[in-house]
Amino acid sequence: MRRIVAILLLIIVALGIRQSLAKIPFGAPKTKVGRYYINEGVEETGAVNIVTSVVVNYRGFDTLGEVTVLFIAAIGLGATLTASTKREMRKTQPASLVLYTGCRFLFPLILVFGSYIFIHGHLTPGGGFQGGAIIASGFLLIYLGCRERRINRIASNLAESLGGLTFVVIGLLGLVFGGYFLLNFLPKGTANTLFSAGIIPIIYIAIGFKVGSELAGIIDNLIEES
Amino acid sequence: MSFLNSYIYYIGAFGLILIGLYIILVKHNLIKVIVGLGILDTGVNLFLISVGYITKGTAPIFSRSGIDSEHMVDPVPQALVLTAIVIGVAVLALALSLAIRLYQHYGTLNLRKIREQKW
Repeated sequence: MRRIVAILLLIIVALGIRQSLAKIPFGAPKTKVGRYYINEGVEETGAVNIVTSVVVNYRGFDTLGEVTVLFIAAIGLGATLTASTKREMRKTQPASLVLYTGCRFLFPLILVFGSYIFIHGHLTPGGGFQGGAIIASGFLLIYLGCRERRINRIASNLAESLGGLTFVVIGLLGLVFGGYFLLNFLPKGTANTLFSAGIIPIIYIAIGFKVGSELAGIIDNLIEES
Repeated sequence: MSFLNSYIYYIGAFGLILIGLYIILVKHNLIKVIVGLGILDTGVNLFLISVGYITKGTAPIFSRSGIDSEHMVDPVPQALVLTAIVIGVAVLALALSLAIRLYQHYGTLNLRKIREQKW
């Protein structure tokens, strides 16, 4: 019975979607906003990666909101899991030498790669969110390979708070220097070089630290509970 | 056939969305419902990306001078999806943590047996 009702519901949803999609042809020319960003983005923000200039500069306030959502999700997860009373560590079998050494060898390389991704966010595909996710995957590898190791919670919380604080302080500095939040007040430099695009690399590095430490904290909470 | 060629990404994206919705509506196991949520999330992201595509499009990055900017895809949906993926991961983790607590409290993941039933 439930199945039939669910399938009927899905058919109605699919018909509605089909009706609305007939108006959006696939591969049609882009909207006015997208064309404006592509034509003027490099000139206005100094970042050659237009997606980055949209994320950090044109819609920087939106990104601050997204970072906040991630923060609240991480806090909620921590609050739900650490409320439990019993907290004994289960005895785990030590990993084999190959796995242990491999994880210890790969971990710094993954950190370097993640940092590369978020430092070059305004030049290449990538940025703070992707770099942070890569760094968190390095921590996940350490947790799975070397079970007895734990991240330093104080350092992780410090990195998270500093990242968020840098984002907000840079936004407020824009308010001080030019009159609106998240104004790109630093010199834009030559496009397509590492030191260009004003505040964009700084904000993306802050986001990288924040996302990386938050996702690592989520992994830490989930693994401690299991 | 030309219909399939021009709409294959929409069909795939909405196929994923409908599969996710079906799992959420029908399944009793909480972990399966969360997996359905993940599939739904992926479908929405794929749909947003394919809305921004233009024919013969390239990535919107001016990595060298003299790139034809007419064929660059729309950067706005990509910027939205970029953050939505990370948010999706965080939401899945939050849902899993709630599932862990529910299992500790009720001793089961079957939504029928947990007191507040689904349907």
